[in-house]
Amino acid sequence: MVCENHWPLSVLPYGVWLMADAVPLGVSGAAPSRKPRWSRKVKADNIAGYLFLAPWVIGFLAFTVGPMVASGYLSLTKYSGFGAVKWIAFENYDKIFQDALFYTALYNTSYYAFLGVPAQLLVALCLAVLLNMKLRYVNVFRTVYYIPTVTPAVANVFLWVWIFNFDFGLINSLLRLVGISPVNWLWDPQIVKPALILMSLWSVGQQMVIFLAALQGVSEELLEAASIDGATNFRRFMRITIPLISPVIFLNLIIGIINLFQTFTVAFIATKGGPINSSLFYVLYIYRKGFESFSMGYASGLAWILFMIILVITAIQFYLSRNWVYYESGGAPS
Amino acid sequence: MVDREEKYIGSISAKIVAYLLLLLGTLISLMPLYWLVMTSLRPAGAEFTYPPEWIPSSFHPENYPVAWNRAPFWLFTFNSILVTFLATLGTLLTASMAAYAFARIPFYGRNVWFALTLSTMMLPWAVTLIPRFLLFKFLGLFDSLWPLFLPFWFGGGAFYIFLIRQFIMTLPVEMEEAAVVDGASRMRIYFMITMPLTKPAIAAVGVFSFIHHWNDFMSPLIFTNREETRTLALGLRYFGDEQFTEFRLIMAVATLMLVPVLVVFFAANKYFVSGVALSGLAGR
Repeated sequence: MVCENHWPLSVLPYGVWLMADAVPLGVSGAAPSRKPRWSRKVKADNIAGYLFLAPWVIGFLAFTVGPMVASGYLSLTKYSGFGAVKWIAFENYDKIFQDALFYTALYNTSYYAFLGVPAQLLVALCLAVLLNMKLRYVNVFRTVYYIPTVTPAVANVFLWVWIFNFDFGLINSLLRLVGISPVNWLWDPQIVKPALILMSLWSVGQQMVIFLAALQGVSEELLEAASIDGATNFRRFMRITIPLISPVIFLNLIIGIINLFQTFTVAFIATKGGPINSSLFYVLYIYRKGFESFSMGYASGLAWILFMIILVITAIQFYLSRNWVYYESGGAPS
Repeated sequence: MVDREEKYIGSISAKIVAYLLLLLGTLISLMPLYWLVMTSLRPAGAEFTYPPEWIPSSFHPENYPVAWNRAPFWLFTFNSILVTFLATLGTLLTASMAAYAFARIPFYGRNVWFALTLSTMMLPWAVTLIPRFLLFKFLGLFDSLWPLFLPFWFGGGAFYIFLIRQFIMTLPVEMEEAAVVDGASRMRIYFMITMPLTKPAIAAVGVFSFIHHWNDFMSPLIFTNREETRTLALGLRYFGDEQFTEFRLIMAVATLMLVPVLVVFFAANKYFVSGVALSGLAGR
């Protein structure tokens, strides 16, 4: 079988140094042996393999590689989406690095991602631990906890705008019940980002299910042995469960950061980037530059900077992961 | 099961605490949805009574037809169904084909392609947004429904390929090998033997894909413009923007949009968790 534990490392061959991790990918089955002359079987397999893969390869080139390259080219031009493309070399990047809104968007997005992801993972892990208990009806709870995650994003955002409403919203009326003065959730520049993080905590079902699957894979014997040795539940959790599921925590962390760095819908609909740009997230800024002021070159420059930022953050996380992510198999593919 | 339960949960009181926490979580999960439905049933103007009523003084289901007729929601629904159906169909066909190749056919360069495929999962889609918009504009497909499903006939997405591949890897290979010896073509083997056995994984991907496309907001926003090409998600947004004061009507449409998702979710509930487990993320 494949070495599952290894796949988060192999997911990201962004650079040669990471490709080194990706090579023992654990694709099982006989690797095609390079004989001087290909037998008929090998030839047939190669043709069949690429035929089956053809739609994906075409799509990969047309909708991923092509646009990536085009985006890099566009970032060096001035283009409104109509008319001529004008080559201006690095002018867009010069402007971007002097653009105050660029830094605002970057700050807002980093704030949201670096506080939001840990908060989401903590909530998701707590829920998964609860759902992993051997209790009756636990499947019913699992279903219920997943419902917020399947709610359409648009409906979700309108619902939360209404829940956060200062005078008539659910949260403030609950606060009033217990005698706390209401909070201006979405219209206070100091509070809007924490409010949006709070809102995102409502739908962490995806991360929760991934954690749950990981928890179910933790060896019972190991936990039992630890109890016999007199370890408390908390100690057992910290010393055995956490290290064993650390590859999945790492995976959720990587995917979470990448996703939250691209937050768009909630800011686009609910706050429209406000108040005073305090929820102007990076992709919303790209959208405004590209599709509202039709500076497609400028927006492509912004997009490439985002790509680089995510790349660097992910690489740093991979580097740091060597200190805390535990691979049972010692990293060797089985 | 029983003695395990006793060992791990320990005492009755610990069990009670666990159930209380689970119930608290349920309350937090469902309260916003309760608020959604209750708001949608309020009488006109009663959204703005102070303090808000937990249970409306009177119920007004007529809000639903009123809201539905304020915009061409039948058209939006039709568009959404069409896009969701075509995109999901393309995903199931082409993702499972790629998955089969990765799992079973030893072709040259397979590992490199597989690594590339997985790496696209980490690619920020925002980077390709503008060129894809320009590409569809160049092809004359901007402001039609094509950009919303056409890309999904080309592999459907790395996560789906990965998920189905992991499942195929767990299937016994003997039947296929026998078919190869008998001289059956790869296509035949795939459609007649492997695909039927892969049903659980395909079902899981189908459910994921359905919910993704039904809920998708960004693609319709970028690739369509006219009212005729709006999907339900986009229709709700414009509706909400114009009528921001009539929350009961927005909530009514939001509730209606949620219904098919919940139906599919409950009908295919088991595939959600098994889908993730299938993908091998369990980590062992």
